[in-house]
Amino acid sequence: MNIIACVKQVPDSEALIKVKPDGSGIEEAGIKWVMNTYDEFGVEEALKTREKHGGDVTVVSIGPARAMETIRTALAMGAEKGIHIDDPQLEGADAYTTASALAAAIKEIPYDIIFCGQRAIDNDSGQVGSILAELLDIPQLTIITKLDVEDGKVTGIKPIEGAQLVIESPLPCLVTAQKGLNEPRYASLPGIMKAKKKPVDIKDVAALGITVDIKAKVAGMTPPPERPPGKIIEGDDPAVKAAELVRLLREEAKII
Amino acid sequence: MAKGVWIVAEQREGTLRKVSFEIATTARRLADELGEEVSAVLLGSNIAGIAPELGKYGVDRIYCADDPVFETYTTDAYAAAVATVVKENDPAILLMAASVQGKDLSSRLAGKLKTGMATDCVEVRIADGGLAAKRPMYAGKCYGEVVVSGSPQMASLRPNVFPAAENPGAGEVVKFDPALKAEALKTKIVEVQKDASGKVDLTEAEIIVSGGRGMKGSENYPIIEELADVLGATVGASRASVDAGWRPQSDQVGQTGKVVSPNLYIACGISGAIQHLAGMSSSKYIVAINKDPDAPIFAKADYGIVDDLFKVVPEVTAAAKKLLS
Ligand SMILES: Cc1cc2nc3c(=O)[nH]c(=O)nc-3n(C[C@H](O)[C@H](O)[C@H](O)COP(=O)(O)OP(=O)(O)OC[C@H]3O[C@@H](n4cnc5c(N)ncnc54)[C@H](O)[C@@H]3O)c2cc1C
Ligand SMILES: Nc1ncnc2c1ncn2[C@@H]1O[C@H](COP(=O)(O)O)[C@@H](O)[C@H]1O
Repeated sequence: MNIIACVKQVPDSEALIKVKPDGSGIEEAGIKWVMNTYDEFGVEEALKTREKHGGDVTVVSIGPARAMETIRTALAMGAEKGIHIDDPQLEGADAYTTASALAAAIKEIPYDIIFCGQRAIDNDSGQVGSILAELLDIPQLTIITKLDVEDGKVTGIKPIEGAQLVIESPLPCLVTAQKGLNEPRYASLPGIMKAKKKPVDIKDVAALGITVDIKAKVAGMTPPPERPPGKIIEGDDPAVKAAELVRLLREEAKII
Repeated sequence: MAKGVWIVAEQREGTLRKVSFEIATTARRLADELGEEVSAVLLGSNIAGIAPELGKYGVDRIYCADDPVFETYTTDAYAAAVATVVKENDPAILLMAASVQGKDLSSRLAGKLKTGMATDCVEVRIADGGLAAKRPMYAGKCYGEVVVSGSPQMASLRPNVFPAAENPGAGEVVKFDPALKAEALKTKIVEVQKDASGKVDLTEAEIIVSGGRGMKGSENYPIIEELADVLGATVGASRASVDAGWRPQSDQVGQTGKVVSPNLYIACGISGAIQHLAGMSSSKYIVAINKDPDAPIFAKADYGIVDDLFKVVPEVTAAAKKLLS
């Protein structure tokens, strides 16, 4: 099977995010860059699918030079090859543009199943997988916590509000990974050594033949709204403190 | 010229979801500012009877497709149907819910309509005649001001954040038949496994009582469940209690769990790690019960009690029961 995993390099989830004074973006100094959490699940599922059905795994990433580290991480986990789309025009691109660039690269190679993360933990947009599936005109299974690939079709479990859906789709299709899908493996030392020699194609916008037209533009960023300082309910007796809490929720907050 | 503010309403099993009224109310506000009308798209099976309800929340026209193919949501059928009616009518703005279904549908639609969308917004307004939105990024560590262009300009709204207010619109129901081609419907729902609890989902809950590692074991959750029962709340969990196997994955709140925005979030034995805060910091009121006065959760809490949760929580339950009975 020809398996593709889209991976994005993002700030580590522990990173302190500071908005630049002019609001044009975030301060990148001191940030540790890692593979998007949900893409780790995607890569793991891609590798498991290959282990079961044979074939190879191609990872695709759009990002500046440093994104190569994330591609190498996926190669060290076991993927066979990479495509690195590196073009300053795609910096800060919206979901549509990002998906168009991924689609242009993926269209040139054979694929049976494509994995994305259910969202990237930097912009938290959660759109790219679905738009990519639309541009490739293939079905999508999003936010999937369990997957079976068998006999040319996939069956996935998708939790929704108050229920779980069991969804079936023919191949080729695109799956977006949610926590619960699997436990991503770590790259082994030999894996890291081998990854250095695996092939990675580097492409820019001109090579992909797309035009960049950003339709959802982040015009500015602000720190989160301050929460007013809270009230610690003092005292020694848990029952008295509990009663005071309930009184405050009723009389001050008026929410119960 | 694209004109009008549209929404995609959401129903489940023949009942309109609360978030539909939130987006309808928001659409009305934007439409009034532009001097335009509000239209809704409603898809389902045997749902014609509920369509007029949207009129109470400011919707002038409800495009309703009532067909067994829409019985359970599938991306294929819903996206094709909404795209058809949207293309025919060319609205300026299209608002949807950032619910599980809305996220899936809105993204596919943004692809079909080749347009811009801001997801999971907490504020939307008209700026320079177009749609501007505020949305959390980096798990709420900062907010982005997004200017949306394209046609229609799309945004999905975080449930429970926007008010729903009755304000009658014309409420005219227009039936439409999207004439779906069977071969275009590739995905199939083979089963719907319902949660036995019948509880409101975390993402829609008005009150959440959450337990973390401080709960010490699954056998202690009844004390949280009792408080939740008294308050009509849904039970949530930190990743530590999910990873320990005390609670199912579907209960996890946070960056790799659910993003929730209830009116009241009560965190019991949760330290307030940045990834947990990512999922709940937009709650209107936050209460923390934790024995460690330095736990970071207290920096976000409106009300805090520093004490042993095993002593405090049952007392809160007792006091709330007395008040609410
Ligand atoms: C990529 C990534 C994603 C993550 N995603 C999530 C996520 O989605 N959601 C999430 O929650 N976490 C997430 N985490 C994990 C997060 O970093 C924390 O480890 C986790 O939130 C800790 O859970 P906790 O607060 O229950 O446990 P702890 O941090 O161990 O806190 C337990 C708290 O209980 C208190 N306590 C103990 N006993 C009592 C008692 N008897 N009475 C009162 N208080 C008591 C302690 O003082 C302590 O503050 C993620 C981590 C990573 C790296
Ligand atoms: N720059 C990128 N490079 C590769 N894949 C990406 C990129 N941006 C988004 N994706 C994929 O799309 C998913 C959802 O991203 P988003 O819609 O931005 O939240 C991610 O988890 C990735 O799998």
